[in-house]
Amino acid sequence: MGDYIVLIISCIFVNNILLAQFLGNCPFFGTSKKMETAVGMAMAVIFVLVMAGAITWITETFILQKFGLEFLRTIVFILVIAALVQFVEMFLKKSIPALYAGLGIFLPLITTNCAVMGACLINIKEEYTFVQALVASFSYAAGFGLALILFAGLRERILLARVPKPLQDTSIALITAGIVSLSFFAFKGMV
Amino acid sequence: MAKSIVQEFTKGLWNEIPPFRLVLGLCPVLGVTTTMENGLGMGMATTFVLCCSNILVSALRSVIPAKVRIACFIIIIATFVTVVELLMQAFAYKLFLKLGVFIPLIVVNCIVLGRAEAFASKNNMILSLADGLGIGIGFTLSLGIVGAVREILGTGTFFGNTLFGASFHPFAFMVQAPGAFVCLGLLLCFMNMVGNK
Repeated sequence: MGDYIVLIISCIFVNNILLAQFLGNCPFFGTSKKMETAVGMAMAVIFVLVMAGAITWITETFILQKFGLEFLRTIVFILVIAALVQFVEMFLKKSIPALYAGLGIFLPLITTNCAVMGACLINIKEEYTFVQALVASFSYAAGFGLALILFAGLRERILLARVPKPLQDTSIALITAGIVSLSFFAFKGMV
Repeated sequence: MAKSIVQEFTKGLWNEIPPFRLVLGLCPVLGVTTTMENGLGMGMATTFVLCCSNILVSALRSVIPAKVRIACFIIIIATFVTVVELLMQAFAYKLFLKLGVFIPLIVVNCIVLGRAEAFASKNNMILSLADGLGIGIGFTLSLGIVGAVREILGTGTFFGNTLFGASFHPFAFMVQAPGAFVCLGLLLCFMNMVGNK
């Protein structure tokens, strides 16, 4: 049990997928201008990443490793993730329209979100068991959501501030992200 | 004709240089640029994938049905990424280990898919090659510059050679995670100041 708590804390804070591993930065800067879109994106990532983590682990263990096809990992994973996202989209549209309305536009973007594919590859690289992979995927996604929502709040405040012209928009966002990353850096000693 | 090839090539070097002008594909820019060598290696791998996928997408553009084009593009890109992965394991294993997870992640780099969708699927093969080469070299340059700044300030070396005397204290902040964001933000600010005159 203790191992899992360490795993959760290290995935959410110490090795935060956005601020320490640098994965998924395009949606981080793209969807953090408004709180609403940030929350939508965070939810969609949590939803898809847990499922992708499970399904890529199963694919890796029972298909790729069994038949010695590890060199096809990149192609297979991206196809599995793309198919999964498409399937989730169709399923939500039919069965849970309210959730679909909330996540709808963010779902297609997730296929090319490197946080999802990156977390799946890290799960394989660290040789996690199935349960560990599930817990790690959820924690990575939760860390993504936490950082994204915190950052969206900051960017909404920056809009009200007077920023020198060359620094406006992406430039100041990057520097702010650096400061947020610095605050996450303080968790380094925890695990 | 010759003029437009040059135009397509040179636009990637300044007007649309990623990731400064096109804010896409930030992850490798932030993740692997702790040294200039890593940055250039990553840039070259991306350039290779970009050129090959642009050529193939352009060659097959009349065959690929519009409805499933994104899936087709992704398979084409993933194929070339696998090629790069295997080549690097054979010929540049040390660099491959350093770049780690970022090599397979070229598949989901928005720049590559973006060029396939926005340019190669509408233009002929020669123009697409020029476009891929230009954007790729622009991307390599940016990665090299970010890598050089971080390496010089963060460890006091350049391509692994020590630059300063023993009295130099490395500014370790630059090679750690927060330094990547701040460095890229300041470079972008500098680009804006120079470009908007």
